[in-house]
Amino acid sequence: MLLIACPNCGPRAQAEFTFERPLASIVTPTETLPDLIHKLFTRDNPRGPSWELWRHTYGCAGWLKVHRDTHSHQISAVVPVDMETPS
Amino acid sequence: MQRYSALSLLRGGLNGQKSWQRAWRDPAPKSHYDVIVIGGGGHGLATAYYLAKVHGIRNVAVLERGWIGGGNTGRNTTIVRSNYRQPALHNLFEFSLKLWEGMSDDLNYNVMFSQRGAMFLGHSDSDMIRLAERGDAMRAAGIDAEFMTMDQLRKKLPLLDLSDKARYPIVGALNQPRGGTARHDAVAWGYARAADALGVDVIQNCEVLGMDMVGGRVTGVQTTRGPIGADRVGICVAGNSGQVAAMADLRLPIESHLLQAFVSEPVKPMIDMVIMSQSIHAYVSQSDKGEIVMGGDPDLYPTYSQRGRPDRIEGVAGQCIALFPALSRLRMLRSWAGTTDMSFDGSPIIGTTPVEGLYLNGGWCYGGFKATPASGWTYAHTLAKGEPHALNAPFSLDRFETGATIDETGAGPMPHHR
Repeated sequence: MLLIACPNCGPRAQAEFTFERPLASIVTPTETLPDLIHKLFTRDNPRGPSWELWRHTYGCAGWLKVHRDTHSHQISAVVPVDMETPS
Repeated sequence: MQRYSALSLLRGGLNGQKSWQRAWRDPAPKSHYDVIVIGGGGHGLATAYYLAKVHGIRNVAVLERGWIGGGNTGRNTTIVRSNYRQPALHNLFEFSLKLWEGMSDDLNYNVMFSQRGAMFLGHSDSDMIRLAERGDAMRAAGIDAEFMTMDQLRKKLPLLDLSDKARYPIVGALNQPRGGTARHDAVAWGYARAADALGVDVIQNCEVLGMDMVGGRVTGVQTTRGPIGADRVGICVAGNSGQVAAMADLRLPIESHLLQAFVSEPVKPMIDMVIMSQSIHAYVSQSDKGEIVMGGDPDLYPTYSQRGRPDRIEGVAGQCIALFPALSRLRMLRSWAGTTDMSFDGSPIIGTTPVEGLYLNGGWCYGGFKATPASGWTYAHTLAKGEPHALNAPFSLDRFETGATIDETGAGPMPHHR
């Protein structure tokens, strides 16, 4: 199980969190159709590090940006959703 | 191919088991094949077998990164059923179930297919309405489905907690008597042996590293055992479909998640059916070795690690114990995880791709094992004819952008909400 360091609550077990979607797959109201299809369906599905959107559902309920490796499970950054992330 | 029979068993017993041949050859890759199937799981091997047997295309290679039976074919919970509500799904899975019923004879290999019945439990009135709808849809399509009353359940499964105080009260069930289990390794080995006998090259320890493309058309693959040319290339690597498709710059509507399963220590026969609950999403059966096989929800976040989260095991074990309180006395033997292709509607993708010469079979979510023969049959047809069979035509790659999704659970485009 992952240990996720919530910026509000400190390190907590993954059981408290919910994965939402890849950060790059957040849909805005102004998407073009190809971008919309890409974000909804044909996502990157990386084998390696990427930014994801998680929620501390059973903790502070805050939305979080998590930089996580999908193969090694290493988490290198967890920041609040309104904080800019390096691209 | 040396045929297996009662007589050959007897002969083996008399000569110290010295007369057995190896089950399939260990060929070096040729420079060119009519068809290359990437992925030597049950689906890929079945595809090669039906290409050779049904379509007469025998210049075929199956490329497997590891060894036959080492991937998801050997990691599932071996359940076979066709109890789906939507026509596209139950047509495919019922075709599959009919192939299962003749598989051991067809392959001359005992896949230990056991039609012990596969049952969905109902825990509420709304569950029973859903199960009745499902049963009606199945029976209208000529598939066996029977409603189980509490009295019938009490007689059939005395160890099930049917009391009012149960953690998950049970009010009825929908049974598919022809459902059951099969020995999953035997399925892979049986197809490998039968395909090999028809001239297919089953090449293990051969990882595909890249695709050769000429003018937008796939002409072959680069592998750890050198380049191999092909007229047609079929991806059949569920779990890593996106990684292989990316070699041809193809993006797939698939996210890679984990599904776990685990078994108890072996005990005497105590559960003689496959018991599933869709509402709590746990499933239990007993293997022929006596182990209680259990599974439940996937891990619900993308990962390629093949390492499951322990809280899932705890949760599923709790659900199974609530259904069968006697299981609380058993010790856990082992657990494992497999990487699954989660598609965005819960249904597989079998068909052509926008890349010429490249075909795709993937997106099986956590339900691919039961489809092994039909998946191979329809994919072989697609690879041989260049267009899908009527059974797999609805499972096209472009159905997501056109909105023609096949969403049995009605969960929407959420791979982790399945």
